[in-house]
Amino acid sequence: MATRQTQSLARLMRAPAIILLLIWMIVPLGMTLYYSFLNYNLLNPAGTSWAGWFNYVYFYTDPAFMESIKNTLILVLGVLAITVIGGIAIAMLIDKPIYGQGIVRILTISPFFVMPPVAALIWKNMIMHPSYGVFADLARFLGVSPIDWFAQYPLLSIIIIVSWQWLPFATLILLTSLQSLDGEQVEAAEMDGAGAVSRFIYLVLPHMARAMTVVILIQTIFLLGVYAEILVTTNGGPGNSSTNLTYLIYRAARLNFDVGGAAAGGIIAVILANFVAIFLMRAVGKNLD
Amino acid sequence: MGSITLKQVRKAFGDIEVIPGVDLEINEGEFVVFVGPSGCGKSTLLRLIAGLEDVSSGQIIIDGQDVTSAAPAKRKLAMVFQSYALYPHMSVGKNIAFPLKMAKMPEEERQKRVNHAAGILNLTDYLDRKPGQLSGGQRQRVAIGRAIVREPAAFLFDEPLSNLDAALRVNMRVEISELHKKLATTMVYVTHDQVEAMTMADKIVVLRAGRVEQIGSPLELYHSPANRFVGGFIGSPNMNFLEGPAAEAFGAHAIGVRPEHFLMSKTEGQLPGTVGVAEHLGSDTFLHIDLDDGTHIIARAAGEFPISHGDRIWLTPEEGRVYRFDKEGLAIT
Repeated sequence: MATRQTQSLARLMRAPAIILLLIWMIVPLGMTLYYSFLNYNLLNPAGTSWAGWFNYVYFYTDPAFMESIKNTLILVLGVLAITVIGGIAIAMLIDKPIYGQGIVRILTISPFFVMPPVAALIWKNMIMHPSYGVFADLARFLGVSPIDWFAQYPLLSIIIIVSWQWLPFATLILLTSLQSLDGEQVEAAEMDGAGAVSRFIYLVLPHMARAMTVVILIQTIFLLGVYAEILVTTNGGPGNSSTNLTYLIYRAARLNFDVGGAAAGGIIAVILANFVAIFLMRAVGKNLD
Repeated sequence: MGSITLKQVRKAFGDIEVIPGVDLEINEGEFVVFVGPSGCGKSTLLRLIAGLEDVSSGQIIIDGQDVTSAAPAKRKLAMVFQSYALYPHMSVGKNIAFPLKMAKMPEEERQKRVNHAAGILNLTDYLDRKPGQLSGGQRQRVAIGRAIVREPAAFLFDEPLSNLDAALRVNMRVEISELHKKLATTMVYVTHDQVEAMTMADKIVVLRAGRVEQIGSPLELYHSPANRFVGGFIGSPNMNFLEGPAAEAFGAHAIGVRPEHFLMSKTEGQLPGTVGVAEHLGSDTFLHIDLDDGTHIIARAAGEFPISHGDRIWLTPEEGRVYRFDKEGLAIT
């Protein structure tokens, strides 16, 4: 943008897109904010009235609330840990020249193409099912009694399923980062007497810091809103043990028809997301400079 | 400390033989330059010595020890790469200290050596900077610093100056030569630039297609090239080659005359021709001359040589400065 003229022209030309985006964001957010202060239940829409902070108090004092926040954070952190560590490991493995590399890479990345409810159903009925599942078969083969995953370890099961879906994404980003590592730097480290472990710690990891940051930030956005996997597998149970904030809001809106309460939950979720975002940018954002 | 011997070292990538078999003796404290056109295998040869490539057959002996299958780190060599290969996320000080850290040297000793190296290389003010904030020449010095702190048996340089601009290259050339005098450690230096080879080397190894064409001191190569390739490669501008009757007069298939070894006259001489472009450098004038038999010649004249495009000129090779080559291109002595 060299001149003032081109600058204002550019501003004019990108205005429609920005205004459209702004409306797209502001209107739903404003409506949610508005509903969150109403007594608005779909079973009795005629009785809608101003509620003040009641919805927030009600949502906050719900015994499921704290547990859902805890579950949300465990889910996000658990999946992040598994996908980042697993992603680095798989990326380093498939970065090595092997026979059938192309096919191996496509297979590694393919879980990403499976939509969440389908993936969750496959895991529920074909892998983790206590009588038909692959895990159950394995357990019986070893002479152990099969685990009923969704009853005994509901949150862990969800974490495993979601990790399986996001591992390809992490692997892909980390693999491209790994491939951009300068070969001469690796050779220089080799000449400097750095063994494989030292090279990984002092060279590979710092080089991948930026890619890891991207993976963490992007995944966090999506992991805060995990919902379909819970809906088709555990329905948030047993009890509230696999209910995250998103699922709790869904329950308020679609099972209790409490629009006001759900809207208040939504606003709380927005605030939580912002906290997480600030924390993450503080923790890892400097890698993006 | 620092003698390197290659015995019938051969390297093939699949079916392609890059180095058919090289014998070479590098003495302690020597500055040896591998020079040759690109793709001649000089970098590969250096990487074989470094241990970054495995030899297909043959032996590499450093300080009397057979290191043919030893890991790079075990060879006590330090290498400076063409791209410098600095670790971008570490400060200059940490970059230089990295090999010492890997050798598990205590912090205090490490710091002492880094400061010493930084002093030699004028990097003391830059120890806290990241490589990205340095100029090309400074990065080059950091790479050298990282090499010298280890006090290796020998330094390996892989075209270290090719990413620098012309003025800086001349400076660094002198600095590396000075460093060699100061440290008196064996240095093996790869370049495609024969000027670097001539100015820095104690011993030049001229390579072509993986074969050693000639080994000798810069002036040996200049005064008695073993063959036409070496004759043409060493010296700037290149040696002129004449074939046909002009060569037969000297009893050779071809003769080579360096641009600086022509006597020029506007009236008489052995080789009549027409002046094309004259490049005035101030100190010298390079004349591009088309001889009457069609051969293109470059000749060096004095800076003030009065001549212009299209003038007739007669060239006479200086007595005793004519190199004679047979049909295979080998020198006739």
